[in-house]
Amino acid sequence: MDYIIIIISAIFVNNILLAQFLGVCPFIGVSSKVETSIGMAGAVTFVMVIATIVTYLLQKYVLEAFGITFMQTITFILVIASLVQLVEIILKKVSPALYQALGIFLPLITTNCAVLGVAILAVQKDYNLIGSVVFAISNAIGFGLALVIFAGLREHMDMVNIPKGMKGVPIAFVVAGLLALAFMGFTGLV
Amino acid sequence: MERRLNMAKKESSFLNMVLTLFMVTFIASAALGYLYELTKGPIAASKLAKLNNAITQVVPEFDTIPGSEIYKMGIDGDTLVFYPARKNGELVGTAVSTFTNNGFSGYIKLMVGFLPDGTIHNISVLEHEETPGLGDKMQKNKSKWSIQFNGKNPADFKLKVTKDRGDVDAITASTISSRAFCDAVDRAYKAYMEGGKK
Amino acid sequence: MSQWKNFSKGIFKENAVFVLFLGLCPTLGVTSSAINGLGMGLATTFVLVMSNLVVSIVKSQIPDKVRIPSFIVIIASFVTMVELVMQAYIPALFEQLGLFIPLIVVNCLVLGRSEAFASKNSVLSSIIDGVGMGLGFSIALTILGGVREILGSGTIFGFNLHMFPVDEEGNPITMIVFVLAPGAFIALGYLIVLINKINKKNA
Repeated sequence: MDYIIIIISAIFVNNILLAQFLGVCPFIGVSSKVETSIGMAGAVTFVMVIATIVTYLLQKYVLEAFGITFMQTITFILVIASLVQLVEIILKKVSPALYQALGIFLPLITTNCAVLGVAILAVQKDYNLIGSVVFAISNAIGFGLALVIFAGLREHMDMVNIPKGMKGVPIAFVVAGLLALAFMGFTGLV
Repeated sequence: MERRLNMAKKESSFLNMVLTLFMVTFIASAALGYLYELTKGPIAASKLAKLNNAITQVVPEFDTIPGSEIYKMGIDGDTLVFYPARKNGELVGTAVSTFTNNGFSGYIKLMVGFLPDGTIHNISVLEHEETPGLGDKMQKNKSKWSIQFNGKNPADFKLKVTKDRGDVDAITASTISSRAFCDAVDRAYKAYMEGGKK
Repeated sequence: MSQWKNFSKGIFKENAVFVLFLGLCPTLGVTSSAINGLGMGLATTFVLVMSNLVVSIVKSQIPDKVRIPSFIVIIASFVTMVELVMQAYIPALFEQLGLFIPLIVVNCLVLGRSEAFASKNSVLSSIIDGVGMGLGFSIALTILGGVREILGSGTIFGFNLHMFPVDEEGNPITMIVFVLAPGAFIALGYLIVLINKINKKNA
């Protein structure tokens, strides 16, 4: 039951992109086509889940065990940065097809604040290991959902007549605002 | 870029790379460890000051050191913390840090002050994520809504909104937030009456 | 490039938020009031200037291949310093900004300046670049926070402007949506249009 609440809350109510503003850079940057946004969502899911597991274990068995929780930011970002490199190398060897699909997005993920944000939030919310994994997966789904919906909207926006000054990024923000407004309808669900 | 310097970079040999990374992390951790020691005291003090402030707000005047005496009670998957306040050795009130998961946006944490007979003295909101302009009126600095609880004894003041046949006037357009608030206060009251009184 | 141009580019022509669209997460996340925006801007400026300074000093000592990880460690250290100091001396603001303080570390603006500017320029230029970029970022966040605060709460830096009608309890009836998530996106969208217009006129 608790897990269902975590899932619904992360995907709809507190959507990581539209309610918490984590990962907005790729949201605006790579969301002009549905296809690329699916690739990005896949890569983020992959890294986010692994990163959350690794940082969870580090937090519990290293940082808290030795009383050096103030090193959290440094440790987590280093873990994520090296993880991204590692995933890139492994993927290249093991599954060239998957690497082809996700490869170009991987380097961008190090500075995607959604990954670091979810890792820190999972620790802050005091979830256990399974809870953290569920939390990471649902946030990744929430991220992907918002990204793909938004890309679909932007593809259609290319076909309509938009005032010159609003073209590109400004109209993207306004549409994102409307999408966030729609997602607000989910509040109170849990 | 007129000031571009000569780029005499170190070679990327394996030894150089390992050494550099080691040095950078070593210096960084040493500096942070030092700063951590320096700020440890002030951070603890500011956390204590916040707690003291919350306790002082919700119970009558007392002369003990707030937070010096505490006891805890596990309930509904979380913990209630009790902070008794005494004057001349006599109990004048107890601040209870309580919670609810039923807010419009989930978790709400309150500090409720009870007089020894169970009457609510005052309530302050510690944590919440309710909608600004609606549910956040439970905060004292946003609206006077929560004052209606002061001086009421839940024994004859039903901690439910009027819609649920209780005695609490809900915040306009925020019934869920108001219900959650009542739920948190009710949890604290029940725990206090059942064995939280010491 | 003269140092004045170096300084002012971050504020106008290459404004991180309005023109380059960098560091958008904190821009949207913390700007529900002007003071939050300003606090976040200044915290980021500190990290930006310090990491620019250190990177420009040690740049020749760092082998190219471990450049990025080293920069990340340097930036993360300064972020942690900001975290510790804010927690100790301004806990109220620290709580308001919450998660976005550790997230300065992944602000593309900070790593971007280390990589694109400080690792190639002199110490003085790097500091000036950091101050200019940071100031531009702070100004952008304060403006966005101000606009959202005025429309959403009817106040600016906490001062009541008495510009909205009040209900029977004396609370102003404001455009709440602007302090909520959707308002952040919409306000920023229109601000970008406005800034583009001004930049074009001046160019």
